Amino acid sequence: MENFVQQLINGLSLGSIYALLALGYTMVYGIIKLINFAHGDVYMVGAFVGYYVINYLNVGLIPALLLSMTFTALLGVVIERVAYRPLRNSSRITALITAIGVSYLLQNGMIYLVGPGVRSFPQVVNNTLYQIGSFQISQMQLLIFGTTIVLMGALQFVVQKTKLGKAMRAVSIDSQTAELMGINPNAVISFTFLLGSALAGAAGVLVGMYYNSIDPMMGYAPGLKAFIAAVLGGIGIIPGAMVGGFVIGLIEVLISGYGNSMIRDAVVYGILIIILVVRPSGILGRHVKEKV
Amino acid sequence: MRMLNKTNIGWLALFLLVFALIQGAVLVGWIDAFYEIALVTILINVILAVGLNLIIGYSGQFSLGHAGFMAIGAYAAGIVTKQIPNYGGLLVGMLSGMVIAGLVALIVGIPTLRLKGDYLAIATLGVAEIIRVAILNMGGLTNGAAGLSGIPYLSTWFIAFLAAVFVIILIANYTRSSVGRATISVREDDIAAESLGINTTRYKTVAFVLGAVTASLAGSLHATYFSVISPDQFTFMRSIDILIIVVFGGIGSLTGSVIAAAVLGVLNVFLQPFGSLRMILYALALIFIMIFKPSGLLGTKELQLSKWFNRKKKQTQRQPVKQKEAAR
Repeated sequence: MENFVQQLINGLSLGSIYALLALGYTMVYGIIKLINFAHGDVYMVGAFVGYYVINYLNVGLIPALLLSMTFTALLGVVIERVAYRPLRNSSRITALITAIGVSYLLQNGMIYLVGPGVRSFPQVVNNTLYQIGSFQISQMQLLIFGTTIVLMGALQFVVQKTKLGKAMRAVSIDSQTAELMGINPNAVISFTFLLGSALAGAAGVLVGMYYNSIDPMMGYAPGLKAFIAAVLGGIGIIPGAMVGGFVIGLIEVLISGYGNSMIRDAVVYGILIIILVVRPSGILGRHVKEKV
Repeated sequence: MRMLNKTNIGWLALFLLVFALIQGAVLVGWIDAFYEIALVTILINVILAVGLNLIIGYSGQFSLGHAGFMAIGAYAAGIVTKQIPNYGGLLVGMLSGMVIAGLVALIVGIPTLRLKGDYLAIATLGVAEIIRVAILNMGGLTNGAAGLSGIPYLSTWFIAFLAAVFVIILIANYTRSSVGRATISVREDDIAAESLGINTTRYKTVAFVLGAVTASLAGSLHATYFSVISPDQFTFMRSIDILIIVVFGGIGSLTGSVIAAAVLGVLNVFLQPFGSLRMILYALALIFIMIFKPSGLLGTKELQLSKWFNRKKKQTQRQPVKQKEAAR
């Protein structure tokens, strides 16, 4: 039982990371129906920005987090403007191939700039362990959990309570009608990329600190799993991405803890396929009939 | 329709010419051991790209799991030929890999091919990863992450060439058959195709299985030519490499896939010293092609000898149009 609670704590902190990433996927998919393959690599860039900012500017965690988020937010907007906007009216497969190209570019660009090696992330937080009863929680885990909750709260506020958020929701339901109502869809889409990429940057810095190692290929696997989390929760639905992220995190940690950590990834992909076949609209999604 | 019409003889002559050119270059010594590796890589990539083009270009389904089926073929051939190190073993390994890959594609394809475009891409990506994890966890049979080494060197460039020609002929004829036409109609508009009585899932599945089987064949060649295989050779990156060839050549053009595989193979040899810069160039090229010419270099154009011959015939005999259609 104690072990189980311990696994739950670990699973929630891993799930927070997936949830942060999944939000970016789900917002972009909700608004332009594109699987942004490059999202995982934006997260990788975020981790590297955090690494350089902490090492060379000697700043603490919060400034590093904010600087990294700013950088990835801009990167996300630039990617959307340069690579995705010209393809707004082409087929979804064309856009998907472009997204794969952007992902490839970010990975190999980073390998070219900093080399393919693994770097250890500077530790700016004392990683003290708190004993609560018989299980323990590290300061890092609390920090990840806390940051995630704050960011999710902020996102929920922006999407539900502000005018831009309302515009985002309108564009995701019907872009053309939203345009007729005086909303500029391109600005809203840029804003969506800005939000999603900022969250990815934050996730990158947090993961760098949690696992203490970063490399240019680190974005691929978490990116895919976060996408699976988004699909699991119901793609396009913001609370769904949070639920999906935590569920995937917990499943992974429980499989590693009680089963075979080697098959962990296979189980997650298996869940994806089952979800896609049985309930493609996800846990929180509604089934939408296709019109001919 | 006779087997030995002008068109088929023309194709045969073309294949023989390419073969003679390569054989000549090998005999003269222009293609040494180093370039032979590049040559076999090109031939393997031709098989992979033509198979993937059948799935993406002709049935319009987006698969990102090609490397997984390649891995099945590679391991099947590797395991069998290590026990039976002769050409019989190679044949058994190839066939068993193709059967397993086909079955896996069938089992996976029937439920997932109901999914649309990008969902299917993610599902096939998941399948490839599951195959890879399964190979990693099969213990002594696949030797886990270390992979298999010491697989007998059975494949030569000649076998790879024969296999590539076989796959090209198979898939080219498939796309020109009535089944192939039905497959193309699914790509153009699956709802319209369905309303005409075409069982869309069936044709998608057949194309997917055929693509998987050819990928497995390419994997078998890879294993028995390079002698060393490991799961990390068959990651998502490998699927992307094949996708790049298909996109460059033109989604829906087999000729394009063959040309792109050859051109990129040659480029790889000369850009080898530039390492990751080369990958950056590929990534940029992928993005720019999608933005400016999403149909790829050749679009859906094909090299058609029949057209060429018929044009000549028209000048000399002035055949009526209907008969010309029948002669094709």
